[in-house]
Amino acid sequence: MRIERRLHQPWWLVVVVPVVSIVVAFALTALVLLATGHAPLHSFRRLFDAGFFAEGALSESVISATPLAFTGLAAAVAFRMNLFNIGGEGQLYAGAITGATVGLLMAGAPSPLVIAGMIAAGAVGGAILAAIPGLLRAYFSTNEIITSLMLNYVVGLVLTYLIFDSHSYLRDTSGFEASVFPQGKILPDEATWSAWTVNGLVLPLGFLLAIGLAVCVWVLYTRTRFGFEVQVIGDSARAGRYAGMRTRRKIIAVMCLSGAVAGIGGASQDGDFRHQLDPRGLQAANYGYTGIVVAALARYNPFAVVLVAFLLGGLQNAGFTLQGADFPAGLVGVMQGLILFSALGGELFVRYRVRLDRGLRTATTPAPELAP
Amino acid sequence: MGGEVQASPPSSTTMPAAVALRGITKRFPAVVANDGVNFEAARGEVHALLGENGAGKTTLSNILTGLYRPDEGTIELFGKPTEFQSPRDAIDAGVAMVHQHFRLVSPFTVAENVVLGDHRDIGRNFLLRPRAIEERVAELSRRYGLGVDPRAKIWQLSVGEQQRVEILKALLQDARILILDEPTAVLTPQEAAALFETIRTLAADGRTVIFISHKLHEVKAVADRVTVLRRGRSVATVPAADATPRSLAALMVGREMELGLRRARGGEVGSPVLELEGVNADGDRGLAALTDVSLSVCAGEIVAVAGVAGNGQRELAETIVGIRPRTSGTVRVAGRALRGGDPRTAIRAGVGFVPEDRLGTGVAPGLSVASNVVLKSYRRPPISRGPLLYLGRIRALAQRLMTSYDVRASGPGVPAWQLSGGNLQKVVLAREFSGGPVVLVAAAPTRGLDVAGIETVHTYLHEAAASGVGVLLISEDLDEILSLADRVAVMFEGAIAGERDAETTTPEELGLLMAGGE
Repeated sequence: MRIERRLHQPWWLVVVVPVVSIVVAFALTALVLLATGHAPLHSFRRLFDAGFFAEGALSESVISATPLAFTGLAAAVAFRMNLFNIGGEGQLYAGAITGATVGLLMAGAPSPLVIAGMIAAGAVGGAILAAIPGLLRAYFSTNEIITSLMLNYVVGLVLTYLIFDSHSYLRDTSGFEASVFPQGKILPDEATWSAWTVNGLVLPLGFLLAIGLAVCVWVLYTRTRFGFEVQVIGDSARAGRYAGMRTRRKIIAVMCLSGAVAGIGGASQDGDFRHQLDPRGLQAANYGYTGIVVAALARYNPFAVVLVAFLLGGLQNAGFTLQGADFPAGLVGVMQGLILFSALGGELFVRYRVRLDRGLRTATTPAPELAP
Repeated sequence: MGGEVQASPPSSTTMPAAVALRGITKRFPAVVANDGVNFEAARGEVHALLGENGAGKTTLSNILTGLYRPDEGTIELFGKPTEFQSPRDAIDAGVAMVHQHFRLVSPFTVAENVVLGDHRDIGRNFLLRPRAIEERVAELSRRYGLGVDPRAKIWQLSVGEQQRVEILKALLQDARILILDEPTAVLTPQEAAALFETIRTLAADGRTVIFISHKLHEVKAVADRVTVLRRGRSVATVPAADATPRSLAALMVGREMELGLRRARGGEVGSPVLELEGVNADGDRGLAALTDVSLSVCAGEIVAVAGVAGNGQRELAETIVGIRPRTSGTVRVAGRALRGGDPRTAIRAGVGFVPEDRLGTGVAPGLSVASNVVLKSYRRPPISRGPLLYLGRIRALAQRLMTSYDVRASGPGVPAWQLSGGNLQKVVLAREFSGGPVVLVAAAPTRGLDVAGIETVHTYLHEAAASGVGVLLISEDLDEILSLADRVAVMFEGAIAGERDAETTTPEELGLLMAGGE
């Protein structure tokens, strides 16, 4: 048996392989369930009911999916240029900090203005943070994986400091309860992002914004000069330089764009769902890291990112709902891991093909005479 | 009559061939690289393997060195059927290969490199004794007249010396069958002559040398017999003495070719379009790579830059097109000075560039042919307007250029890495010519191409000059230079060692300049 690189990728592979990967992931999860003494089909059924089919489940899943769509898009934007921004987590925190700050500062202004201000602030916060590894990469060839990853911890600590270890502007210091249980100031009503209800499905502004961003990213990357340059540089930086592209600027721009998307995700957490700066909740959720998984599963396609975010969000939501004595608490985590594992394994079959070796065969034709 | 024996000479009955490949077939997903190839080389023979790129020479040598296993066919070494499970089996059987790109560790000494990977002789021991290794290497080096100091570090050696280290490596592994893959590609004519001397010594010692090349006169100079491959098949084996370059070329290509056709010169030469004055630039390691280079190319002229690889030619090309910043000096295109280190102003001024490294610099390998065709023109109408690209126009342009430059690919959407070297070069040329260049810098534009591909590239360069473009041709191939260029500048250690009229100079004179002698 041997593995060969495919010269042609049949179009159906791109569809078939992910579907088969998911089926394999479910089969593997079923094995885990059987081994731990649970009925697989029953557990799956409950999972899907809770995640997608029960009343109100879809709306809950959209809430879980929204931050993942942002961080997934952020990762996809950078990864497409072979720029491995692992800092979506920190950039989301940064956006949450700046978003909440502006939301509090603009109290009293008309709501649409406040919301716009928060979105802009979130984008700027995330972009500034992402610019640091971007600049280091562009001018000192520093590995952006390490710098962006380390900044996650830095911002995580800043976030904790702002609420738990200081009397910052963002901390609620009004009453007795707030001094015993530190928490962020509650944002004013104007800073609550709008939501629309369609047939009982609640669509928060953040989710719609994520879809809009996915469209923008797609247009930017496939239809513009900027996107063309990103593609070329991502494929071969030398070819980009040869063609007269300013590779450094492009690295910084893409990092900032990626950070801005994650930052808006952070602002959406403030405005859509939490209505305060919530260090514990944000840090427990691991949105940034899960976003990398989302981007990988979506093969960096922005539309697929939204879809995958929705599916993983649904699973997560189901996990929260069902957690209890009769439902294995780690199941959702195990499934996520297995889905990623199968999907990355499936990649192999998209790019390569496995051929059974027929072994050596002896020639039956005699050697022709050598020419004089 | 009992005294009369059969007519055949004793050697052919008592001595089986050193190598006998019979009916070797090797298939890859899209191609049959070897299709029933037969090849036989005797002990003490220098046997040339001749063929265009893609004819299957590399595949065949990979099979003989155990890297690939044939799908069909047999390998016999010294009369014994052999199957290689791995390259190590081949080494044990006495087959060694000197690759075109050396496999040497440059901070290590010659002795250390020679012993690297050796598991038969002195490198077998767990503890290495440097002194003993050095003596062994020195002894081998003396015996074959290789003249390599075992204690020298690889990076201190010239390319020719490094090649001899590779040969030493093979000798230490007791290679009885030595494959040399295009060994002269990196050598000056003088170094090549010394290599041929070594090859003859090795053969006289009873070793078999398989000499892979596509240079016809070399094959004639060094080989006893020649086997020609064409499209994966062995088409003929002929004694080198009976062959002519013309007959070999015909076997290789399958039709009669015009060889060594000199370009008609003496056309109108216009005003200078490219002028370099006292240009200095640093290399990748921060050391001076170009010193005071002055050069000019006029419209309609082909000026060649000759030199052994690594004497600053790559840096020269990169400096002209702005990829590499200058430390001093000026570059003028059509009279206007270019800003240093800025490829975009060079592109705007009309400098076309065919880089040495096609895949990776000349094209973005993962992107489609269509994207690569507009790699430089995407900034301007009609390809884009403002920030937006017109994908339809890109596709149409690519389709048109693919037709007029005869690029063989299933469509403009095919990723560039899937194209063969020749087709890839046509894509690069199509792009550079379609940009309407004033000056064209072509670095090793025919390297790795087959005879037909070389012919095409030469035609295009010729046409470019005829249409008034100033062409700077950087090449290591003196035949190419002498057949195409009007003037030749020779580079040695980052400086112009001399300039000659291509009409009156000789390869020997250029070779001397290339080696730093005046």
